[in-house]
Amino acid sequence: MSILLYLLYTCCALLIPGVISITKAKLSGRKGPGLWQPIYDILRLLRKGSVYSTTTSYLFQYAPLVNFAAALLALAFVPLGDIPGLMHFQGDFVFFAYLLGLGKFLLILNAMDTGSGFEGMGANREALYSMLVEPAFFIVMGSMALLSGHNSFVDIFSQFQDTSQYAILLGFLGAYILGQIAMVENSRLPVDDPRTHLELTMVHEVMVLDNSGFDFGIIMITNSLKFGIYAGLLANLMVPIWLPLGFRLGFALLISVLFGVMVGLLESFRARNKMARNPQFILTLSAVSLLFFFTVMIIANRI
Amino acid sequence: MVLTTDKKSISIHNTEAVSIAEIPVLAYADFKAQILTWLHFEKCHCVAYFAYPFAGGLKFIAAIADDSNAQIYLLSHEQEGQIIELEALSATAMPMHIYEREIAENYGVVFNNHPWPKPVRFAFNRFNQEMQVNDYPFYKIESDQLHEVGVGPIHAGVIEPGHFRFLCNGETVLHLEIQLGWQHRGVEQLYLDKKTMLQRAILSENIAGDTAVGHTMAYALVSESLTGAHTQNTMLDIERTIALEWERIAMCIFDLSNLNIGIAYQLANSVFGALRTPVINFFQSWCGNRFGKSLIRPGGTHYPLTDELVAKLVAIMDDFETRFDAMAEKTFHLPSVLNRFDGIGKVTKKQMTLIGAVGQAAKAAGLIRDTRYTHPIMAYETLKVLPEMQNGGDVLARFTMRRLEIKQSIAMIRHLLDMRQYVDQESGAPLKQSESSMKPNTFSLALVEGWRGEICHCAITDENGNLQHYKVKDPSFHNWLALALSLRNLEISDFPINNKSYNLSYCGFDL
Repeated sequence: MSILLYLLYTCCALLIPGVISITKAKLSGRKGPGLWQPIYDILRLLRKGSVYSTTTSYLFQYAPLVNFAAALLALAFVPLGDIPGLMHFQGDFVFFAYLLGLGKFLLILNAMDTGSGFEGMGANREALYSMLVEPAFFIVMGSMALLSGHNSFVDIFSQFQDTSQYAILLGFLGAYILGQIAMVENSRLPVDDPRTHLELTMVHEVMVLDNSGFDFGIIMITNSLKFGIYAGLLANLMVPIWLPLGFRLGFALLISVLFGVMVGLLESFRARNKMARNPQFILTLSAVSLLFFFTVMIIANRI
Repeated sequence: MVLTTDKKSISIHNTEAVSIAEIPVLAYADFKAQILTWLHFEKCHCVAYFAYPFAGGLKFIAAIADDSNAQIYLLSHEQEGQIIELEALSATAMPMHIYEREIAENYGVVFNNHPWPKPVRFAFNRFNQEMQVNDYPFYKIESDQLHEVGVGPIHAGVIEPGHFRFLCNGETVLHLEIQLGWQHRGVEQLYLDKKTMLQRAILSENIAGDTAVGHTMAYALVSESLTGAHTQNTMLDIERTIALEWERIAMCIFDLSNLNIGIAYQLANSVFGALRTPVINFFQSWCGNRFGKSLIRPGGTHYPLTDELVAKLVAIMDDFETRFDAMAEKTFHLPSVLNRFDGIGKVTKKQMTLIGAVGQAAKAAGLIRDTRYTHPIMAYETLKVLPEMQNGGDVLARFTMRRLEIKQSIAMIRHLLDMRQYVDQESGAPLKQSESSMKPNTFSLALVEGWRGEICHCAITDENGNLQHYKVKDPSFHNWLALALSLRNLEISDFPINNKSYNLSYCGFDL
């Protein structure tokens, strides 16, 4: 069952970038690429060789792979309600967060390794934003651990919806926060703009400017996987646990697609932030997650 | 043409030809004093200051435009010998810096006390051939904390070459230096090498691809004034003015789209982008080229604006305006857009005056530099354009200028189309090569307000009526420095939208 779930999340992950680009294309009146175009792009890249600059070291060659492995492993921890992921243990959500952190750390080293002024700038920004967004994730997960009395993903999510009649509300609040965290972590609007060609305004894209061919393909898959991971977490918060199994899997798939559509919608009708406002914007996520925390405290009669 | 009372200059109006001998030749001290007196006033700005070889030395001609009375004052000085050393005007009058740099680069003239003595464009026929583009003397700050970010010369969108070097303290830019001069086409020399009017007109169309109409218009006006073919033809004037305003609309709508992609606002980017197509396609149906090439020719045009075309133009404009208004209303009220542009890349009116900025960028900072208003020619004389202005001097102001100018241009074109009905005249065929003989020993100058700002073409003929010297000035010649100033103490990530908000020409500068 866990294997099936893992496969489902992987499929969702590969689907989401296509859904986003179709949504954005339709909303701007263009025909847009097909749903599978991002996958074709990845396949094309995987068939190519990589070019390595002479200033880079072995780090540059391994970093995309480590990043990819970290994302693959992190996805293995995502359950669906009481269906566990491939792996689970006490406190696995901390391990999960730092697995993604490890991937990002290696990608930052990858950028610094090229010695390019641009990539150093991007690495600097990415490190700052990851640091700022981390509290929000831990406050939300910590609050849910507090509410359910457990500290692994599968235990938290299998108990969470039964804890009180307000759980559904909390679920949506949590989904909002996690959705925003996903936007930051996946370098989407309003913090970053994945479509820009302007290096000076890039955050994530500029870090991988020197990666090419196979390595770049791997990075693209990793980006997709991260969408899958967050879509999976969102599904956990919103899919009612009492539904029959088939419906729950279908619901999870639907939520992934809706997540992609939401990202497309959010990115079509607004401009991005001033770069200087980004830290402030990301910190508000922590503020909202504190709201989540206090609600949990009240429900749990701790205050 | 009038000799001023003190006999230190003569004054002409826009596109008027004058015999070289009538331009007073002053001693350099007098020349300097006179120029500095004028430039002391905001209403005066220099539109041309250049040198050309003359009787073993150099003859320097300056043209100062007085915006209060539509006069252009001409004066000159002559220097003998191979090595010329002069006291720089720009030591006091900053706007002259770029002209003096150009003269120094082309003829090796040394300007003492010049505040910013740097190469301009590394022209192929520059005086010091040993000076290579790699030797550009960048401004440096010695520090362990600061770092340099170099962008270009290859642009991320592979448009045109330009090198930008940022001195940064973290994300904050302390200083931006823009090094241009990577294209060495030698446009001004080509004017002299190409002998027919057609060749020169085509050359003018290719000075800057986005200002084909503007530059060709300036060339056409200069050559009409030199051949004496500058007869009153109201129909031709109306059609030319429509073409110029149409080019303004096309470029402003492009900039609106382009600025929106810079801030990732997809909706406005696609809508404004789509709106540009019918505009440039109308040029295609008018003259067979989407950028208005081959439309403007000295003396007349091969492509008169027929009634059929007018009907089409009106239909396109009506549709355009409705859709434009709807999108503009939304964009200019969207908080995330306003927040992104507001207060970014501010330049003050004083800065713009000091660097001699012109056109749209100057007007966005509250400085009136619009030759349609101050030195009107063609149909602008009857239209009496009041320039649209903004005071912010930031990206938002320049963004807003685009919207205002589009609306103004549409209103102007509607007005011109009404006027057209009362003109019973043909716009006429262009001058033939046999009719193109120019007056000998004559100077002429044309100021045309291209969409970016003031375009100035000057021409001088020799005793046989051949072109002896030709001078081209695109508004970008002045305004690149404004972009550099905009970046002071700004986040480096704000550079692209600043750059787009000016949208300056690389090739117009490099020539």
